[in-house]
Amino acid sequence: MSARILVIDDEPQIRKFMRISLTANGYEVLEAENAAKGIEAARSQQPDLLILDLGLPDLDGQEVISAVRERSDVPILVLSVRAGELDKVEALDRGANDYIVKPFGVAELMARVRAVLRQRAAKGADEVVEAGSVRIDLTRRIVTRDGEDVHLSKREWGLLAFLAGQPDHVLTHKQILKEVWGPAHGEDTAYLRVYVNQLRQKLEVDPAAPTLIVTDAGVGYRLKRGE
Amino acid sequence: MTDDREERPSPDALLAAAQRETRGRLKIFLGAAPGVGKTYAMLQAARERRREGVDLVAGVVETHGRRETEAQLSGIDVLPPRQLEYRGKDFREMDLDAILARRPQLVLVDELAHTNVPGSRHLKRWQDVEEILAAGIDVYSTLNIQHLESLNDIVEQISGVKVRETLPDSVLSSADEISLIDLPPQELIKRLHEGKVYVPEQAKRAVGNFFSPGNLTALREMALRHTAERVDAQMVDYMRAHAIAGPWPARERILVCIDERVDAARLVRVAKRAAERRGAAWVVVSVETSGSYALTEADKDRISEALRLAQQMGGETALLQGDDVVATVLDYARERNATQIVVGRARPRRWRLGKSVTDRLFAESGDFNVFVVGGEDDDKPAPRVASRKVAVPSDWLNLAFALLCSGIATGLGFVIDMWLPVASISVAFLLAVMVVAMRSGLRPAILASVTSFFAFNFFFTEPRWTFAVTDTQNVLTLVFFLIAAVIVSNMASRLRAQILATKESARRTTNLYDFGRKITAAVTLDDVLWAVVHHVAATMTAKSLVLLPGESGLAIAAGYPPEDQLDDRSAAAADWAWSHGKLAGRGSATLPASLWLFLPLKTARAPFGVLGVQMSEDADLPSPAQMRLLETLADQAAVAIERTTLVADIETARVATERERLRSALLSSLSHDLRTPLVSIMGAASSLQNYDEMMDHASRHDLTQTIQDEAERLNRFVQNLLDMTKLGAGALKPRADWADLNDIVGAAVARTQRLARAHTIKVEIDSGVPLLCVDPVLMEQVFFNLLDNACKYAPPGTAVKVWARRTPDYVTIEVVDQGPGIPPDASEKVFDMFYRVDQGDSKTAGTGLGLAICRGIVEAHGGTIKAEPGLHGAGTAIIIHLPQRSDIDGLAARISADAEQGGRP
Repeated sequence: MSARILVIDDEPQIRKFMRISLTANGYEVLEAENAAKGIEAARSQQPDLLILDLGLPDLDGQEVISAVRERSDVPILVLSVRAGELDKVEALDRGANDYIVKPFGVAELMARVRAVLRQRAAKGADEVVEAGSVRIDLTRRIVTRDGEDVHLSKREWGLLAFLAGQPDHVLTHKQILKEVWGPAHGEDTAYLRVYVNQLRQKLEVDPAAPTLIVTDAGVGYRLKRGE
Repeated sequence: MTDDREERPSPDALLAAAQRETRGRLKIFLGAAPGVGKTYAMLQAARERRREGVDLVAGVVETHGRRETEAQLSGIDVLPPRQLEYRGKDFREMDLDAILARRPQLVLVDELAHTNVPGSRHLKRWQDVEEILAAGIDVYSTLNIQHLESLNDIVEQISGVKVRETLPDSVLSSADEISLIDLPPQELIKRLHEGKVYVPEQAKRAVGNFFSPGNLTALREMALRHTAERVDAQMVDYMRAHAIAGPWPARERILVCIDERVDAARLVRVAKRAAERRGAAWVVVSVETSGSYALTEADKDRISEALRLAQQMGGETALLQGDDVVATVLDYARERNATQIVVGRARPRRWRLGKSVTDRLFAESGDFNVFVVGGEDDDKPAPRVASRKVAVPSDWLNLAFALLCSGIATGLGFVIDMWLPVASISVAFLLAVMVVAMRSGLRPAILASVTSFFAFNFFFTEPRWTFAVTDTQNVLTLVFFLIAAVIVSNMASRLRAQILATKESARRTTNLYDFGRKITAAVTLDDVLWAVVHHVAATMTAKSLVLLPGESGLAIAAGYPPEDQLDDRSAAAADWAWSHGKLAGRGSATLPASLWLFLPLKTARAPFGVLGVQMSEDADLPSPAQMRLLETLADQAAVAIERTTLVADIETARVATERERLRSALLSSLSHDLRTPLVSIMGAASSLQNYDEMMDHASRHDLTQTIQDEAERLNRFVQNLLDMTKLGAGALKPRADWADLNDIVGAAVARTQRLARAHTIKVEIDSGVPLLCVDPVLMEQVFFNLLDNACKYAPPGTAVKVWARRTPDYVTIEVVDQGPGIPPDASEKVFDMFYRVDQGDSKTAGTGLGLAICRGIVEAHGGTIKAEPGLHGAGTAIIIHLPQRSDIDGLAARISADAEQGGRP
C-alpha cells in the first residue's frame, strides 16, 4: 500500500521537487498551495501524512496544525527555518509530530517521512525498541547493552522509556519534563540535561558524540534507532 | 580707513562710474529761491563750453525778460518750442523730438521741476530730461530747492506756500554734478525790490511773505546742506573708487571723548544735541590706558554707563586702547573722518606735570575742530541707576576715621614728645595720614593731613597751644610735614586703588578660571549647559537659562533653577537676541519689558543660542561690571558649546565613514560570496541538463555533489548574513537555557565533519565543566564558525582541538588549530565585520563574518572572545570565556537530591 502525503507549501518549486522525490519513493502526493486549501484537502482527502510549511501566505502554519488537529491525528511534518526554534517548539506542542529544517536534502526528508509513517503504522507502541547494541524492553522495563543489563535509576528509566515510546521522534523539553518529572517541572531543563548526560554515559559508545539520544538544539531530544 | 578691504577700489563704485559714461551727464544749477541767478549761471557755463567747441542747443530757457540773461543767451542755438493747445489756450513746451533728432552734445533745459501741459509725451519735464540723457546727450538744468519732494512739507511749513511742482529726490541725487548758486538773502531781497526777480502775476500777493529774510535763510540752509550731503556722498564714492585714505572734511561726524569723570553722561547728551542740530553722525569714545586698571569700580561703571547711554540715543561707541590718549583719539578721528572733537573741560592737574589732555588736543588737533564743553558742578552725581548696588563706604564714616587717626597721632605725639625732638612727632602724624589713605582713600587722607598739620602746629611747635610758629626750624618742619603728608596720602590712596583693582581683577580671573575648568571638564552638551547655567546663576545671584534653537524655534535647553516656560515678552527678546546676535531684554536697549536679559552665545564660526539672566528681585539690572563678566562668560560658554558640537560632528562623521566602509565591504562580500557558489551551481546544473547522455555515472555524481556542496555553502553564507544582521540590529537575543557544553560542541563538530573530512577534531571537555546557561543554537553556531575557520586555514591532515575547563569565575573554552596563525596586530581586527587576514594568492574563501558573529554571540552571553597564538606560538587559539551562573552548584545539589528519590524501581 502506498501512503498518501499532502504537501502544503506556497512555493511551486519546493512542491515540485518534493512531488518528484516522494513519488520516486513510491508515495502518492497531494498538493495544496495555501492554508485554506490545505486544511480542506486534509479533511476531504484523508492523507496519511501532512508536510506543512510554517510560512504560508494566507494563514500562519501554526493555525493550520491546530485546525487539522481538531478533527484528525494525521501525522504532521513541519518545514521550518533554522533560527526558528520557538516556532518548532510551538508547532510540536500544538501537535505536530516532527520538523525538518529548510534547506534540507532529500535523504533527510525521506528519513523523517519514513519515521513518522512507521510510528503511525505501529500505533500500539513497540514492546521492545532496539537501537544499535542497546535493547529497551518497555513492558519488562529492562535495558541491555551488548546483552548486559544496564542499571538505571527510576528517573533515568522514566526518561529513556518516554523517548523510546516514540523512537526517531523529537520530543520537546517541555513534553519530556511534564511526562517524567510532572507538570510542576516544565521548565527545569537543567534536570533534563543532567539525566540525559547520565543516560549517555551508560548507553552511548562515545558519550561525547552521542548516536542514541541525540540533541535537537533548542527544541528537545530524540531517540534514534538508526536505519 | 585702515581696513584692508576699504583700501581697494570698490567694484560697485567703479561699476556705477562706468554706467554713467554711456549716459548723458546731468548738471543741475541749484538755487535756494527764484532770482538767485541760476539761469544766468547756467548760460554762463554753457558759453564756456561752447568756447571749448561743444555743440549745444537751448531746449528751453526762461529769461523772464531779464536783460543780462538774454545777453548770455545770444549766440546759443535756441530750438523753437512746440506749440500745444490745451483747453482753448496755446502753450509752448520744449520740443523733445527736435532735440533728439538734432543730437547736440549738450542741451540747456531750464526749470527742471516744470510740469508739462497735458498732451505732452511726459507729465514732467524731468522725464523729458531722462530721455535726453538716455540718448547720450548731456543736459544743463536749473532747480530751486523748494521743489524737492522731500522738502515739500518743510517748505510749506516755513514759507506758507504750497509748492505743487515737485521733483523726486532721486533725480537730484542721480545728477552727475550740482552747482549751487548762492545769494545772501539780503541781496536777493534787494534784487527783488529792483524788479530783477521774475514773479508770476498770480503769486504777487504771496511774494512779500515768501521773500522774507527768515524764509530765505531757511531755504538757503536747505540748499546748502543738501549740496553738502551730496558732495559728501560723492567724496565717499571718490575715495572708494580711488582707494584714498585721509582726513577729508566729509559729512559732519562728531567725536566725543569721555573719561571717568562725573559729567561723562552730560557730555554725551550735549554731543547728541549738537549732532542732531547739525544732522551729523556722532561717536563716543573712551580711551583705556595702562593706568585704567587703577580706576575704581564706580569710575568704570560711569564710563560704561555713558557708552551705553550713547548707544541708546543712537550714537556709535568705541573703546580705544592706547597709552597716549591724545594720539589715540586723533588717530581714531582721522580714521573715522571726524570733523569735530568734543571734550570736557580740562580737569585740574594734581601732581603730574605737563599739559592736560584737553590742552594737548587743542595743540595737536590740526585739521580738527575741538570743542570744549564746560563742566557743571562736579558734586552733581551722574545718573547711576545700575551701579547703586556697589557698596561705597560712607564718606562721613571715612572722614570721622581721618579725624580719629589724627587724634590718636596727637596722643602718640605727646608720648614721643617726652623723649624725642619735636620733628620726630611728625612721623606719628605721617603714619596716621598713611593709615587713613590706605583704608579710606584720598579725601579723608587730605583731611587727616590738614588736621594733623594743625594739631602738630597747635600742640607741639613753639609756642605751644597756639597756631603761631616762631622758630624757623619749626616752620620748615611744618611745611615739609604738609608736603610729605599730601604726597603720602596721594600715593597711599593710589596704592589702595590699585590693590582694590587687583583684588577685583583676581576675583574675576578666578571666577573665569573656575568657569573655564568646569566647562572644559564637561563632555556632553548637557554637561556644558548645566555648568553654564549653574555658574552664571551662582556668580550673578540670579536665575539663568540657556536657549538653543530647535525645530520650532528657540527652546529652553537648561535652566538654573530649572525653568520650562518663558513669557511672551521674554521669548520675543530671546528671539531678537538670537536673530540679531545682540543683547536684548531687561536692562538693554531692545525690548526692555522682558523679565530676562538675553545675551547671544556666538563664536566666530556660528551662533549657538542665547543665555538668559534674571537678576533677583531687588537688583533688577546687572551692573556694568557684571555685564562685562556676563559677556565674557557668554563667550566662553559659546566656545564650549561649539566644542561639544564639533565633537558630535566628528563622531557623526566617523560613524558615517564606518558605515560607508561596512556598506562597501558588504557589497563586495555579497558580490563575491553569493555569486561564486551560484556560478558553480548554475554551471553544474546546466551541464547536467545539456550533456546528461554524454556523461558517465561518476561525472554526473560529481556534478550533483558540486551542486549540493555549493548550495550548502550558500546556505551557510546566508545564515551568517542573517545572524549578522540580527546582531547589528540588536535583535539577536540569546534564549538562554541550561545546556551541556558536550552537546553543543558535539553538534558543531558533527556539522563541521560533514564538510571537512581532512582534519581531525579532538574534543576535551573537563568533567568539571558545569552546565552552562546559554542559547544552545547560537553557541553551536559559534563553535561551528570557529571549527569551520580552523579547517579552512589550517593545512589538511592537522588536528583541531577543542578543550574546555572550569576556572573559578569562568568556563574557558579554547579552539586551537595548527594553521598559519594570526598576525599580532590583527588579533583584534579579525573580529571586525568583513575583516580577513591577507592570505596573498592562496585566498581561502571566507566571508569575514564568521568571527564577527562569534564575538557578537559570545558578548551577548556576557562572555569574551580573543585570539592568541596557539601552543608553542604556532597556529591560532581562539579563547572564549563564558560566565557561570552563581546558582550552578546549588542546582547540582538539587539534582543529586532528585536522584536520591529516584532509585531503581
